[in-house]
Amino acid sequence: MANLASEFIGIKSPNPFWLASAPPTDKEYNVRRAFEAGWGGVVWKTLGSEGPPVVNVNGPRYGAIWGADRRLLGLNNIELITDRPLEVNLREIKSVKRDYPDRALIISLMVPCDEDSWIDILKRIEDTEADGVELNFGCPHGMAERGMGSAVGQVPEYIEMVTRWVKKHSRMPCIVKLTPNITDVRKPAEAAKRGGADAVSLINTINSITSVDLDDFAPEPTIDGKGTHGGYCGPAVKPIALNMVAEIARNPETHGLPISGIGGVTTWRDAAEFMTLGAGNVQVCTAAMTYGFKVVQEMISGLSDYMDRKGMTSTSELVGRAVPNVTDWQYLNLNYITKAKINEADCIKCGRCYAACEDTSHQAIAMSEDRVFSVKDEECVACNLCVNVCPVEGCITMERVAPGQVDQRTGKEVPAEYGNWLEHPNNPGNTCAAE
Amino acid sequence: MSPNTLTPGIAAGRLPAKAYAENFSDLHPVLDDHEAHVAADRCYFCHDAPCMTACPTSIDIPLFIRQIATGTPEAAAKTILSQNILGGMCARVCPTETLCEEACVRETAEGEPVQIGRLQRYATDTLMAAGVHPFSRAASTGKSIAVLGAGPAGLSCAHRLAMKGHEVVIYDPRPKSGGLNEYGIASYKSVGGFAAKEVEWLMQIGGITVKHGEALGAGLCLEKLKADYDAVFLGIGLAGVNALDVEGEDKDGVLDAVEFIADLRQASDLAKVPVGRDVVVIGGGMTAIDAAVQAKLLGALNVTLVYRRGRDRMNASVFEQDLAASKGVRIITNASPKAVIGNGAVREIEFEYTGDDLKPTGDAFRLAADQVFKAIGQTLGRTDLPDLDGRKIAVTGAGRTSMAGVWAGGDCASGGDDLTVTAVAEGRDAAEDIHASLMA
Repeated sequence: MANLASEFIGIKSPNPFWLASAPPTDKEYNVRRAFEAGWGGVVWKTLGSEGPPVVNVNGPRYGAIWGADRRLLGLNNIELITDRPLEVNLREIKSVKRDYPDRALIISLMVPCDEDSWIDILKRIEDTEADGVELNFGCPHGMAERGMGSAVGQVPEYIEMVTRWVKKHSRMPCIVKLTPNITDVRKPAEAAKRGGADAVSLINTINSITSVDLDDFAPEPTIDGKGTHGGYCGPAVKPIALNMVAEIARNPETHGLPISGIGGVTTWRDAAEFMTLGAGNVQVCTAAMTYGFKVVQEMISGLSDYMDRKGMTSTSELVGRAVPNVTDWQYLNLNYITKAKINEADCIKCGRCYAACEDTSHQAIAMSEDRVFSVKDEECVACNLCVNVCPVEGCITMERVAPGQVDQRTGKEVPAEYGNWLEHPNNPGNTCAAE
Repeated sequence: MSPNTLTPGIAAGRLPAKAYAENFSDLHPVLDDHEAHVAADRCYFCHDAPCMTACPTSIDIPLFIRQIATGTPEAAAKTILSQNILGGMCARVCPTETLCEEACVRETAEGEPVQIGRLQRYATDTLMAAGVHPFSRAASTGKSIAVLGAGPAGLSCAHRLAMKGHEVVIYDPRPKSGGLNEYGIASYKSVGGFAAKEVEWLMQIGGITVKHGEALGAGLCLEKLKADYDAVFLGIGLAGVNALDVEGEDKDGVLDAVEFIADLRQASDLAKVPVGRDVVVIGGGMTAIDAAVQAKLLGALNVTLVYRRGRDRMNASVFEQDLAASKGVRIITNASPKAVIGNGAVREIEFEYTGDDLKPTGDAFRLAADQVFKAIGQTLGRTDLPDLDGRKIAVTGAGRTSMAGVWAGGDCASGGDDLTVTAVAEGRDAAEDIHASLMA
């Protein structure tokens, strides 16, 4: 069995699965249960300044969207940072860390944007023995209106400034948690790096309204007839998170900056995908909130089995493996030509591929009287929609047309060599092709 | 001493009083909201869906299931009922395992189809519970049509005609409407007086008058009806029952299965319906199964169903055969009755084994029997009708008979299976054709 032991910015944990700063990590009771279940680390739910704690709404805090069989696909929340007294949290953190010295315990922090506030909180957490801090520059609701959370994360200069304060006044490893509610995630990541961050973690939640109550005409979750935007997370946000992680991993300015991947990690497979795109470890929240802490056991066995199959002995061999293969559209090989192929033996004859192609795509699937579906190579542009709508995994595959063969759609021979848009004759910017 | 399952002969009240309600409860209770959503989730919304093709009434099944999934069961019901006005009864009695559910792609994929029948019932029951009749009549056409038979074919035809603005008069010999929905079909498939409620709901369309106690040959004659109405639809079913044509058939205790089923359906107290200790049912169709299972549920000790061909030739579906077996009915195949034996009343019945080509093998055996139900097919039982095709009224197209102005559909007409759903389709299509003819 592959060794999943992980070291992230010098912080050791028995596996790369951490619980993200969120409701599941708000108190000792939960965190102890998480460690007992096997989680490698925990980012303790965000602490605020000394003084009266924040208050949460007393109506519903979560909204959701569901897939088939009411599988939870996306969750949205309007919960704030911890609403428990600072000293209680600090006492509990110390107690848990003492009992679980092999697990990573990171403290998430969010205090007002002045140096004294940060000096004060950093001093208070000093003797908890926690392994590091994570700066919450991500929460998009409630705290942002008070000039914290994503209000900081949306201004690279503030990120750099606060990160610098933290590094100046603390020796603890520092992770900067980024908000996705920006246009280019590379900018805040660069700012964090300039400020001296040891790592970035992303994504925090996405601004969202999950649904509208069609009787009360109010957004969900609805509190006394009103609703507000909340932070969206869960499986639905994974594609957005993967892209943002990859953007930072392949940006020359931030390449090599450790990343803790967050956003819809539900299975070992999701975790592995984040890691191949450059995440040194992953943080999980919604999967635990949906199924309980036990899900980590599947993540551990799944990742371990996968690494065994791949002959990998350390998670570091996995981290970043897919980064070189993330490129810009213009570099994609236009001479790589594929055609859909429907395996009749696996086909259950639902006809969804036909409807999708005939109604919305390229009329490249033929349907016979007795419901045999076949691809018309002369029409197929290899869009992959049929593969995506087919209920039977593996029934439709994309098969490469070998170089030298004729593409039935264009009537042209498939070139053996790589050719991208930059060199394409239709590209007005391609001066040499004009001849 | 009150009778029990061991009491010889034919007796009522063989079971403790509370057993009847339990034995004759709903075979497939209606899905609740949660169950319906889970079941609806499984539908793939197929293109040109095979289930829809397999449905004799061509209900848009993917659409109605999607309507259930999105929380609009009333809209789902309208989708169903616009194709099949007796969608509520069909949801209960259709052999879905050989129709829509057999064709379901998830049957292909996982051997477990979407529960189309139960979803249909969920939708139609929801609408009917709300007391909604989602159709209304077109402006009056001034035309009137006679419909003979208030069974599935006649009701379906009448409703469609009324919707088109015609006046309809239904004639039926029985005191209640519904035909086999009311007098046939196993009780556990249509509990709570559903057949009558459905008829009442259907009549809300208006423009339909029903005259009970009137039948061809008993006050009605086809020539006069043709003269009095703009068109006539025959949905008279098969009123006659085939005889066994064996020695001793006239002995006491030898009955038609359809009669037993009708009496049982109309009984106000099942404890008063008499049943034998040793019951033998002869036949291999739905009627045979319904009689055999219900005899068992009434407390018969031994119920044997005997069919002359092999299992694979039985008209009853595998689901029905398994249902019978699960209730304790013994099924013997490849055996034909030779003689009914007994002094006055039946005591035994002798069979001879037959090969698949029905050739007698010479091997005989006897079964103890104090009650024998014949379920070997039904006949028109009359001759004052349009031309026949074999034992049924010959029809072409949408139920046109050899007589101008006379249409036919349901069990009495040639073509199609003897199923409620087929009768509904034929009644509906004949109505459309009648309408087109009258308005041309």
